[in-house]
Amino acid sequence: MYAIRPTGWSPREAGAEVLARVLDKAGLSRREVAYIVGTGYGRVALNFIDHAVTEITCQARGINYLTGKAGTIIDIGGQDTKVITVNEQGKVVDFVMNDKCAAGTGRFLEVMATAMGMDVDELGSLPENVNPVNISSMCTVFAESEVISLLAGGAAREEIVAGLHRAVARRVKSMLKNTAPATVVFTGGGAKNEGLRRALAAELGVEVMVPAEPQITGALGAAIIAWEGNGGAVAAVPKISGQ
Amino acid sequence: MSDTYREMWRELNMDLEKHDVFLGTLPVAFGEVFLRQDNRPAGMAYFDNALAEAHGGRIQEILAGKKAGRMVAGTFCVFAPEELVFAVDGISIGLCGGAQFTVPTGEQVLPRNLCPLIKSAMGFKLDRICPYFQAVDFLIGETTCDGKKKTWEILNEYVPTYVMELPQKKGAADLVLWEGEIHRLKEEIERRSGREITADRLASGIKMANARRDALARLYRARRADPVPISGKDALLISQLAFFDDPERFTAQVNSLCDELEERIARGEGVTRKGAPRILVTGTPMALPYWKLHHLVETAGAVIVGEETCTGTRYFAGRVAEDGQTVEDQVKDLARRLTAINCACFTPNKDRVEDILRLVRDARADGAIYFSLQFCQPFGVEGRLVERALQEAGVPVLRLESDYSEEDAAQLKTRIEAFLEMIAS
Repeated sequence: MYAIRPTGWSPREAGAEVLARVLDKAGLSRREVAYIVGTGYGRVALNFIDHAVTEITCQARGINYLTGKAGTIIDIGGQDTKVITVNEQGKVVDFVMNDKCAAGTGRFLEVMATAMGMDVDELGSLPENVNPVNISSMCTVFAESEVISLLAGGAAREEIVAGLHRAVARRVKSMLKNTAPATVVFTGGGAKNEGLRRALAAELGVEVMVPAEPQITGALGAAIIAWEGNGGAVAAVPKISGQ
Repeated sequence: MSDTYREMWRELNMDLEKHDVFLGTLPVAFGEVFLRQDNRPAGMAYFDNALAEAHGGRIQEILAGKKAGRMVAGTFCVFAPEELVFAVDGISIGLCGGAQFTVPTGEQVLPRNLCPLIKSAMGFKLDRICPYFQAVDFLIGETTCDGKKKTWEILNEYVPTYVMELPQKKGAADLVLWEGEIHRLKEEIERRSGREITADRLASGIKMANARRDALARLYRARRADPVPISGKDALLISQLAFFDDPERFTAQVNSLCDELEERIARGEGVTRKGAPRILVTGTPMALPYWKLHHLVETAGAVIVGEETCTGTRYFAGRVAEDGQTVEDQVKDLARRLTAINCACFTPNKDRVEDILRLVRDARADGAIYFSLQFCQPFGVEGRLVERALQEAGVPVLRLESDYSEEDAAQLKTRIEAFLEMIAS
């Protein structure tokens, strides 16, 4: 049972609303929920939680629960891009996050989409068999002017988009520090972009899996941690299916 | 703020309005970062006051000294041989900048993609809000990195800047070069101060600098205890103040604080619970008033037990031999400090890796944070080698790059908390 909404300006209100919607769907009252773990950027703002855990730890638990394996998680969200290495027990072994810079994040693609007069959701649905143009700058500011010049020079939109996806995928590849991952799961809002998934698979040379609902795998991990925090055994959590 | 201070600042040709705005931001930050800590050692009161008086009482002292004929030198690096300044009874002040406030002004004359430490220092001079910058007779720069090296040429337009060529290797020829550089600085200081540097005077300068190193080394030994008797934030503040305070008084105060800390250790008393996650920080210097990383780590429930930085172990590394009989020998001894300080400006710099591994063991750290200021090439590039060595030794390591602004605080917090969760699991 889950609900999704953008955080907006108040993480606390957004969290409260999501909780209310989930309770409503499940037909439960607040009193029937024994333990709540909050995660994500707004975690500390939530006043109804028992415990806050970072999305990095939660993402690892959630994905490990779905795959049952060690592996690498690539999470591309609006704020940042993370590469998380998980062991077989679902523990984080290492993680890398982009520094103070939007290069390679969802924000990068959002800005580029706007520059092309598109919505970020449309990026993934363009035709796939095109020649990606070369995007030389990963700086959001410079790449935006580059995209505008490319448009002015007559490049096709789908070729630019393919180029942008390849640029983000290369950026992610550099975050892997030359280690070739075996199992790669792609999460976050960016994982809804099929073109980006294909670009990652092509650059990394491995299969890149996307869970059925890539935006809630962190919340799933939080739920598992909450279940354990309340003394429960994880096996009792009903599985949701991944792809 | 007392009128005496305002008058003093005006005489120093400071921008009073801008200075008011700058000072206005500090008490808030200081209260939030320092005063809310539990069970602070009583001995921190001196250092809190030293910070409060950094632009007031301490400047009065310096100006009084200046009036009495004492030379005032500004430095930017742990390699600057302050012993020579002490030998002529001069005053030495470390001027590295650690505030976002002055970065935009620094960017008016420097490239934006330059490390914030340099931009902030330059901004302090251009904004005329640092009384130390206004009070110095001259600056001692050095060629540690390209950013600093070229900045001295611009800074020299505003205040006389003497540049020492710091070698980038640690071989015999490099030591000869550095020894020559120290001789040349000696002549410059003699010329500026009008005093000769004799073996006796230099010996007392060496002893004074060594005493300060010993006191700081003692403070760092106290931090090995679990529970730790002093927070990382407080220890960092002390290191930062070492660059500004009167060295003899500072040394005495650090030693009396250490007496208190050693009593705490004997009683098993600390500022955190026993078993709190212990972190070693390694990387670029954290100049006053930069406390962001320490604050984030310690509010997340961990404690910083050491800094392998220029505002940490590199500051007090390289005790100088005290038995040199002639100035010639003493300068050789001073030059040898070069080999004991493992700055990323050297190549190769394998000793730094060994040093970090030793500090992790000594401080019983559960993990290390490799912290690099944005656009610092030497430390940024060297991060890879250090990270790999730590991983091979089984020490969890988190690499962070940041600057002096607060805008990435939430991102850093997430990474630090995730790192602590990783260590705990």
